[in-house]
Amino acid sequence: MSKSGTPLVEMRDISIAFGGIKAVDHVSIDLYPGEVVGLLGHNGAGKSTLIKCLSGAYQADAGEIYVNGEKAEISNPRDARSYNIETIYQTLALADNLNAASNLFLGREIVGPGGFLDDSAMEAETRKILARLNPNFRKFDVPVSALSGGQRQSVAIARAVYFNAKILIMDEPTAALGPQETQMVAELIAELKKQGIGIFLIEHDIHAVMDLCDRAVVMKNGQRVGTVNVNEVTDEDILGMIIMGKKPENAV
Amino acid sequence: MTDTNEHQEHAPQVSTAKLNPVAKFVRATELDTRMLGMVGALILIWLGFHFYGVFFKGGGVFLTPRNLWNLSVQTAVTGIMATGMVLVIVTRNIDLSVGSIVGFTGMIMGVLQVNILPQYLGLGHPAIWVITVIVGILLGGLIGCLQGWLTAYLAIPAFIVTLGGMLIWRGAAFLVADGKTIAPVDQNFALLGGGPYGAIGSTGSWIVGLLGCAVVLLLMYRGRMNRMKHDFRLRPLWAEATVAGLACGVLIAAVLVVDAYPWPIGIVKAYAEAHNISTPPSELFISHGFAIPVLILAAVGIGMTILMTRTRFGRYVFAIGGNPEAAALSGIDTRMMTVKIFALMGMLAGLAAVVASARLTSATNALGDLEELYVIASAVIGGTSLAGGVGTIYGAIIGTMVIQSLQTGMVLIGYGDGSYRKIVVGLALVLAVYLDIIYRKKTN
Ligand SMILES: Nc1ncnc2c1ncn2[C@@H]1O[C@H](COP(=O)(O)OP(=O)(O)OP(=O)(O)O)[C@@H](O)[C@H]1O
Ligand SMILES: [Mg+2]
Repeated sequence: MSKSGTPLVEMRDISIAFGGIKAVDHVSIDLYPGEVVGLLGHNGAGKSTLIKCLSGAYQADAGEIYVNGEKAEISNPRDARSYNIETIYQTLALADNLNAASNLFLGREIVGPGGFLDDSAMEAETRKILARLNPNFRKFDVPVSALSGGQRQSVAIARAVYFNAKILIMDEPTAALGPQETQMVAELIAELKKQGIGIFLIEHDIHAVMDLCDRAVVMKNGQRVGTVNVNEVTDEDILGMIIMGKKPENAV
Repeated sequence: MTDTNEHQEHAPQVSTAKLNPVAKFVRATELDTRMLGMVGALILIWLGFHFYGVFFKGGGVFLTPRNLWNLSVQTAVTGIMATGMVLVIVTRNIDLSVGSIVGFTGMIMGVLQVNILPQYLGLGHPAIWVITVIVGILLGGLIGCLQGWLTAYLAIPAFIVTLGGMLIWRGAAFLVADGKTIAPVDQNFALLGGGPYGAIGSTGSWIVGLLGCAVVLLLMYRGRMNRMKHDFRLRPLWAEATVAGLACGVLIAAVLVVDAYPWPIGIVKAYAEAHNISTPPSELFISHGFAIPVLILAAVGIGMTILMTRTRFGRYVFAIGGNPEAAALSGIDTRMMTVKIFALMGMLAGLAAVVASARLTSATNALGDLEELYVIASAVIGGTSLAGGVGTIYGAIIGTMVIQSLQTGMVLIGYGDGSYRKIVVGLALVLAVYLDIIYRKKTN
């Protein structure tokens, strides 16, 4: 991993508070093409809130975002999408009453002549992408409320991957997945990485972080504890950072 | 792709072999079971009232061309608004002001076409009704816009905004003409309310009916082609034929019914005199055919169905209802959508005011009084869930027909007093929602 050149994304000095609670407190992180950066920390550390500032769900109270070295104004999810930032939310953000295809294309529907929805084309595309992610997926014509947690997660992942993201945010993408599906997501991450996509991966499973990530950022109480190169530390070190909120000696 | 199809047929959930014939039929035709249930209930209501008449009143009068024709006209006003209420309720809002919007826009249109426009255009000028209708619909839309904006951007609950609106527009309707009734409306405008002249006759009805059949067949053909293109599972041919037969059958039956209802003798006489027809009026059979308000409702129903099922707008309506947060995260401007939905509801209320005042050939400030309750009840009986995210346009229209059928049925069997009708409609509403809850539990 060469970290020379301009980063794909740089979030500088981001702060956001909710009624007095400093959910994110002067945090800076960056991400290079083809890199996977893990975001770790205890529950409520501010991981989701931080990446939501990048995905346009929240607007930071202070701080700046740079994409490819240029200052980016991201004030809503549409802005983020226009920078090719795609997000898998922890809550999955699916409309329960719509089927997989409608959710996958929500906000970016395929329309035919006259501007009418082309549902069959959307379903066909959905079948293709889901066949790659979760070959056991069958339930295309039912609302996603009828899907299992893992199946719903597959839909959310498919949505983020389908639209040629350059920057991918994955907030606990495998939380509900079975071992086989988790393995497929790991392979997917490796494949996307090879294509030069930058990925922020929020993940509680230290071993997954050690396997998949190049760097890991640890947060505690809204603040950044530190950033480490994963191949220079042990999982014990990272665990220590999460629990004690202190950087080990050999961190960058 | 063929692989996928094979898997589909071997899908574990339901194997077709084990199903009973009814379930097999429903599965193959892909008909919406909920709709079948509603239509079944409607037919039961019709038969019930008719045979009550046969056994206890010395003759059934419900299933007669005359009554069914009147029923269709009475369904129009509430039905037009119920289609819009579906969108409002699907997005987890409510609009209590629609009845008052009918009253207010109706009064404005009355004054416009009776007191103002004739001064400039001359009495009976053909532009009068056009201008009046446009003004009525736009005014309704504007009111809806305002209420939607208050709901979406100032975050005042829709219940409160439209409860206020219900009082405000009803009061304003009175002030438009100090409570006076404005009559008679423009003669062209009056045709929009139905009546012998406000119907399209036998030939016109056949044209509409056959055109409808042609469109049904075309859509089904295109649907099948589309499935083939993407290698999706096809309906068996017998199922396609059954569905096509049912749809066209209903259309043709409707034409036969409205054509079997003749003009009353007085009107025929006047018509024969005016057109120098020598045949004695008693031997002339002039059919009503579809009433114009019914055609308006049909057009609204088709337009709104297309909007809800085939456009992005409709998709977003459902998405917002299913999960507002997810909709916003997908880049949908949920607040703007709310404004548009309320504006559309207002426009439909304006259109309903056109039909309602044209039918009365006058505008009064009480027009549309309590109509909001029947509109909401129609949408809910038709399967629109107050929890949001679920609802269909055809359901709302069938819901309106259920309510109207109960009301006219009560009149025909001699319980025409308003209090009985209210009790029956109220019971039907609660029962319908209870059945819906059971249905949803069973199907999930
Ligand atoms: N919309 C909100 N309104 C108020 N407080 C919020 C909101 N979103 C997050 N918070 C608060 O901000 C803090 C950080 O939350 P966040 O969801 O970012 O944690 P997290 O690190 O993602 O935790 P987890 O591992 O449990 O997902 C928490 O104290 C949370 O209560
Ligand atoms: Mg989180």
